[in-house]
Amino acid sequence: MSTDHEDKQIDAATGTEFKGHEWDGIQELNTPLPRWWLWTFYATIIFAIGYCIAYPAIPLLDRATAGVLNWSSRGQLEKDVAAAEAERASVTEELARIPIERLDPESPLMRAAIAGGAAAFRVNCVQCHGSGAAGSKGYPNLNDDEWLWGGDLSAIHYTIAHGIRQPGDEDTRMSLMPAFGRDGMLSSEEIEDVVSYVRVISHQEQPSQSAQRGATIFANNCAACHGANGTGSRAFGAPNLTDPIWLYGGDRATLNETVTNSRRGMMPAWDGRLDPVTIKMLAAYVHSLGGGEQSANVGDPVTSPDAPVAGETEAE
Amino acid sequence: MSTHSDRTGKAQKGGGLYARRADIFPRAVDGFYRRLKWAIMGVTLAIYYITPWLRWDRGPYAPDQAVLVDLANRRFYFFSIEIWPHEFYYVAGLLVMAGVGLFLLTSTVGRAWCGYACPQTVWTDLYLHIERFIDGDRNAQLRLKKAPLGPKKIFKRVTKHAAFLIVAVLTGGAWVFYFADAPTLARDLVAGDAATVAYLTIGVLTFTTYWLGGWMREQVCIYMCPWPRIQSAMLDERSLIVTYKDWRGEPRSRGTKRQSDDPVGDCIDCNACVAVCPTGIDIREGPQIGCITCALCIDACDEMMSKVDRPRGLIDYATLEDCDAERKGAAPVPVRRTIFRSRTFLYFGLWAAVGLGMLFMLGQRTRLDLSVGQERNPLYVQLSGGEVRNAYTVKIRNMETRPRPVRVSIEGLPGAVMWDSLGSDDSAAAALEIEVGPDQVERRRIYVRAPRQGEAPAEFRFRLTSLDGMPAEDIDSVRFDRPGEN
Ligand code: SF4
Ligand code: SF4
Repeated sequence: MSTDHEDKQIDAATGTEFKGHEWDGIQELNTPLPRWWLWTFYATIIFAIGYCIAYPAIPLLDRATAGVLNWSSRGQLEKDVAAAEAERASVTEELARIPIERLDPESPLMRAAIAGGAAAFRVNCVQCHGSGAAGSKGYPNLNDDEWLWGGDLSAIHYTIAHGIRQPGDEDTRMSLMPAFGRDGMLSSEEIEDVVSYVRVISHQEQPSQSAQRGATIFANNCAACHGANGTGSRAFGAPNLTDPIWLYGGDRATLNETVTNSRRGMMPAWDGRLDPVTIKMLAAYVHSLGGGEQSANVGDPVTSPDAPVAGETEAE
Repeated sequence: MSTHSDRTGKAQKGGGLYARRADIFPRAVDGFYRRLKWAIMGVTLAIYYITPWLRWDRGPYAPDQAVLVDLANRRFYFFSIEIWPHEFYYVAGLLVMAGVGLFLLTSTVGRAWCGYACPQTVWTDLYLHIERFIDGDRNAQLRLKKAPLGPKKIFKRVTKHAAFLIVAVLTGGAWVFYFADAPTLARDLVAGDAATVAYLTIGVLTFTTYWLGGWMREQVCIYMCPWPRIQSAMLDERSLIVTYKDWRGEPRSRGTKRQSDDPVGDCIDCNACVAVCPTGIDIREGPQIGCITCALCIDACDEMMSKVDRPRGLIDYATLEDCDAERKGAAPVPVRRTIFRSRTFLYFGLWAAVGLGMLFMLGQRTRLDLSVGQERNPLYVQLSGGEVRNAYTVKIRNMETRPRPVRVSIEGLPGAVMWDSLGSDDSAAAALEIEVGPDQVERRRIYVRAPRQGEAPAEFRFRLTSLDGMPAEDIDSVRFDRPGEN
């Protein structure tokens, strides 16, 4: 390699001009780029200009240029939504036609309904019932098998459509437990006694004298709705008091509060707020959460013939 | 470096920052390596064009195309092997094999991939042959280039590019058959009702084939392709490369000079090696990045050496180590000593291990798969009867192309019963029987109810058993949660 330090110096081996700088004895050749490289570069510039004209690109003070193709991400979304709705139209029509209790539990239509219901639930119901439908104090857990008003498809559907204690809806679920304490129907001692009794029948306390007194008070005041054994009645939406499931809580203080002031939980009537198909979907979804019961008048039997394999789990 | 000197040094005379491509008119040549190239070209093109048309009977529920990339259903069919998306590690394994294979190939036979099997090389070669067929060999092409634009030149140019385009369309057209049922797609393509994406793909590939094979040619290898950069890092002094044996060839001499008493080398400076080179380089300047080791210069020079009655192999495949030895007067090293050495054995061992490992896994894999996830929202549900219920999402993959009845049962959770979201509490049983469609994933929400015993979460297992007589099972362990003290 030549060590001459002139401008415009030519590398003997390649015939290429040097750039004129050197690091540690290494010099840079001024090797020309291929011409197509240049044209490729021009092409990208032309493409960029074309793109900026066609699509929204250049930011202005309060918005960006719209682009001659009038494309926008929002417009794209609206198109996609419209397309999705058109695709769902057949399911929607089917669901509108078939009465809820006639829905075949094994059908693809039922699956579609459950999926649609899950989506609708996330929008309309999670505020009270929680995202997993597990509820909380005062808001029923929809996963369990305790239903105040019934747990088959049509009962659930009815509850969703007409709500609970909804003023303005004549068909709403309605039950009014008296406020025994506030209205002076029972004394505070009597309330303590009936609470003892309720805790005995729900296996939370051992029998006591207080509970014995409570039994009589229960028979006179509560059995009409909650049944002689305290197992509740769906006709009145009266909860079963003998099981471990409590809407407001089964401890003494909460029960005392319940008997004294009564509870008047409300749920909106979704008829009119949601379209009938969505309400059906919601019913299907809630029914699918695990506690759903068989409709009395369903066309197809639901029970699957699994019985012969029972006992398999005992293998180990 | 000297690639640039050769390719761009000429252009430098025009001056400026950007150099025009110097046209290359490689001369036709015959010889061992040329025939090898023909053979490999024939085989690779045949594989490319014929593969999608091979049939493979997989029964009524799966396509009967031997090699099919079914993007819509996310399946990949390769003869008797069917890959599901969750088995993507087979593809990863193939990539690892390709990587190690590259090490193996390069350390053994240098840039053989570039010279023989690379699609760019294969299609460029094809285009060069078409060009020769229409325009004639090197000299005719040079003459035609200089000739003024007349009817004959226009005719030849139009014919040539039309032929290029036909090859390009056929190339792009063959590609799409890998992604759909070939006969159906062929009919649809002709009738004009194939999917837009098919036409688009054909269009793009037609353009790239025509552009890269018809116009860009060696510039792809020299400027665009990252492969030679990686490969030059993987070559060592014991890898085979195409080498001009300058200690034997220099000083060069033309015919008459050879008669004189000056010491002369074997190279007769006929330029045959330069004339046949598809990348337009002069191999006598030493190893360079523009050389794809296609060995056509070896064929050309061997022919010359035979004519002037000198031993062949003035240009030859050799390792740098051999070059040094031969320069000092040692005898040439037999090729097998170069190919079979510890480094290549190591790479081959690795490569084969990955391959065998994958084959073994392919042999072992079950075509029935269970995966269970516990629902966490809510974790458990207290039931009115005092029991506790947990919910699980159960996925059953039936990877066979026939419907399969299966049983899902529970082990290790005493008293547990289950039902799925299509059934109800009343249908609870110790096991569920489910029919899973062919080549499908059945996803069910399954509820498990068990007596409340203690508070600690219990481990138990779901077992999946096929009921169709073909033994297959799978087990997945999960947790059963219970309420704490309330
Ligand atoms: S120098 Fe020889 S081996 Fe290298 S690309 Fe040219 S013809 Fe092929
Ligand atoms: S083909 Fe052989 S003899 Fe002819 S110029 Fe090339 S190296 Fe020299």
